[in-house]
Amino acid sequence: MPSKKDEPETIYHHEGGNAPAHGRHDEEVLREADVSGYWRANLRLLAVLLSIWFFVSFVLSIFLVDALNNIPFFGFKLGFWWAQQGSIYVFIGLIFYYTYAMKRIEKAYGVDDED
Amino acid sequence: MDDLIETQNLTYLFVGLSFALYIGIAIWARAGSTSEFYVAGGGVHPIANGMATAADWMSAASFISMAGIIAFAGYDGSVYLLGWTGGYVLLALLLAPYLRKFGQFTVPDFIGERYYSRVARIVAVVCLIFVSFTYVAGQMRGVGIVFSRFLEVDIDLGVLIGMGVVFVYAVLGGMKGITYTQVAQYCVLIFAYMVPAIFISILITGVPVPQLGLGAMVADGSGLSVLAKLDATLVDLGFTAYTQASKTTIDIFAITFALMVGTAGLPHVIVRFFTVPKVSDARLSAGYALIFIALLYTTAPAVAAFARLNFIDTVHNTAYAEAPGWFKNWESLGLIGWRDKNNDGVIQYAAGSAFQGKPAFENDAGASGERMLSNATSEGANEVYADRDIFVLANPEIANLPGWVIALVAAGGLAAALSTAAGLLLVISTAISHDLMKKTFRSDISDKQELLYARIAAAAAICVAGWFGINPPGFVAQVVAFAFGLAAASLFPAILMGIFWKRMNKEGAIAGMVSGLAFTFLYIVFFKFVSPGLNTSDHWLFGISPEGIGTVGMVLNFVIAYGVSLMTSAPPEEVQDLVDDIRIPSGARVAHQH
Repeated sequence: MPSKKDEPETIYHHEGGNAPAHGRHDEEVLREADVSGYWRANLRLLAVLLSIWFFVSFVLSIFLVDALNNIPFFGFKLGFWWAQQGSIYVFIGLIFYYTYAMKRIEKAYGVDDED
Repeated sequence: MDDLIETQNLTYLFVGLSFALYIGIAIWARAGSTSEFYVAGGGVHPIANGMATAADWMSAASFISMAGIIAFAGYDGSVYLLGWTGGYVLLALLLAPYLRKFGQFTVPDFIGERYYSRVARIVAVVCLIFVSFTYVAGQMRGVGIVFSRFLEVDIDLGVLIGMGVVFVYAVLGGMKGITYTQVAQYCVLIFAYMVPAIFISILITGVPVPQLGLGAMVADGSGLSVLAKLDATLVDLGFTAYTQASKTTIDIFAITFALMVGTAGLPHVIVRFFTVPKVSDARLSAGYALIFIALLYTTAPAVAAFARLNFIDTVHNTAYAEAPGWFKNWESLGLIGWRDKNNDGVIQYAAGSAFQGKPAFENDAGASGERMLSNATSEGANEVYADRDIFVLANPEIANLPGWVIALVAAGGLAAALSTAAGLLLVISTAISHDLMKKTFRSDISDKQELLYARIAAAAAICVAGWFGINPPGFVAQVVAFAFGLAAASLFPAILMGIFWKRMNKEGAIAGMVSGLAFTFLYIVFFKFVSPGLNTSDHWLFGISPEGIGTVGMVLNFVIAYGVSLMTSAPPEEVQDLVDDIRIPSGARVAHQH
């Protein structure tokens, strides 16, 4: 590793002041685990979840709201319900599902942060 | 009169007790090191952090103003509900876990190291201070307003008291003190919001869950649901139907998108995810935060619809002499105005404005005993002016709820304003002591000295915020909404590309942030302050209002950052390793320790 003193131009100088709790070191993980497989799996999952996020918040709640408002839904018009209630519940579901699915992906590829 | 005095005594009691609690927690959770001051030592439980994030996030605007805005805007108000919750999905999926793994203290820390550049760090500090100060001024004002309405102290004195309380727990406790006071403040504010909402939902529909009450039948034997009755009533009075959009689809889209991305890019929210122990905790904690936020955000549209219905029912076609007490109370505070255009002594409510501008009261009373106004009369049948901010605060009175509920709402409003102000002040002081002092100008200072600078910076930031609260520039209220557009157009793309695109370099990041911020800022300034006369959809770019222009600014930032990055050299090896590191949840970054 080059010493920081040799490169006065760069201020990249990480001291790990608030590093997360951990069991192993990065170099070890990067050497042993299937890091690129993990990252691809993460990106695939993100693509699916963000599509759902976009669909409920923009397609159902905004673009199609007039059409959906013709459908009654427990005393609401469906489009209005998505915009003021339904989307928010889906957002919560998306985050918790991501938390759960990422735990599994991390374990499968050996990069999880359990001690 | 006895009731009023009793309510006031209860309000003093509730507010006093809650303040004592906040200060007690601050003394218990004093910060002893910079790590505790900046990120609570990185050891906050995800649920506690979720509550703290929710309190940090929900400001005086969420607590006091949002339901009122939705009550008047109907479907159009969805932009706030969607925007201010959907941003947490972006935060949890795209930013929080990686920034936690990065393992430093501030947002400019990330920008500065990822883009190996002091200039990038300083640009990030400027963006951060700009966004946070516009936001905090509104909070201090909110504190002052709650004090003046409920405790009959002067607004300025209210601001000073609020400053004093924040001073104690922010300067003493730093992030650690703020985190645990915010947990308490969340409990106070959500209780204060839910109690009247549940009472009113039972009153109007008989259903004790406001979220379901919004879709239930009105308990007046009309056989109509709340929303159907509201639609019919409003159309009768000449308004757009409640569930109908009145803004264009493109504008609603742009505003929602800007609010979502802006939420994910707000430094005082991001920094909360630096306080949990692990990367997986950052994801989990964002989920809890959204649950705690959603409790209020799914209740607000119900409160909004009930309030509008209640307001029309009790006010429209009612003789002024028989108008309920709250109508006259808020009139005496200048937030309701009535001009008897047809001289029949009866209040008529309809679409359109009653008179031009904000009410300007004269000293004498009118024929029915109302406060006379000097404003020029507007065309149309409407005779009533009502400030949107009164709805949440007046709801307990409108629904005839007991005095302790009114006292609770006052304590809740203060909790919402103080918790957000404290979070904002902390990121401002951290940016000054850590990013400017320690990392830019005086790298030789010790941890103890840095902590002292952080406390001085927090104290100074509180004074500046208080000054803005006492002398609000006329544009503060308008500018708060724009903080989101600015955050969306500046910080969000730089952070996102820093994580997901290894090739992104400092030239691209700086060019992107500067152009996104400058474009958005100039667009807003042009339409809001330079030529307000042109502020109509005919003149807007793509038909997007200044509120939504952050979306365009963000796209501009992405495009310029991408192009400039490709035209300049790749980032150094070391930085590409850093990106590899932050992408994996496990491990500590021992490779870069010295």
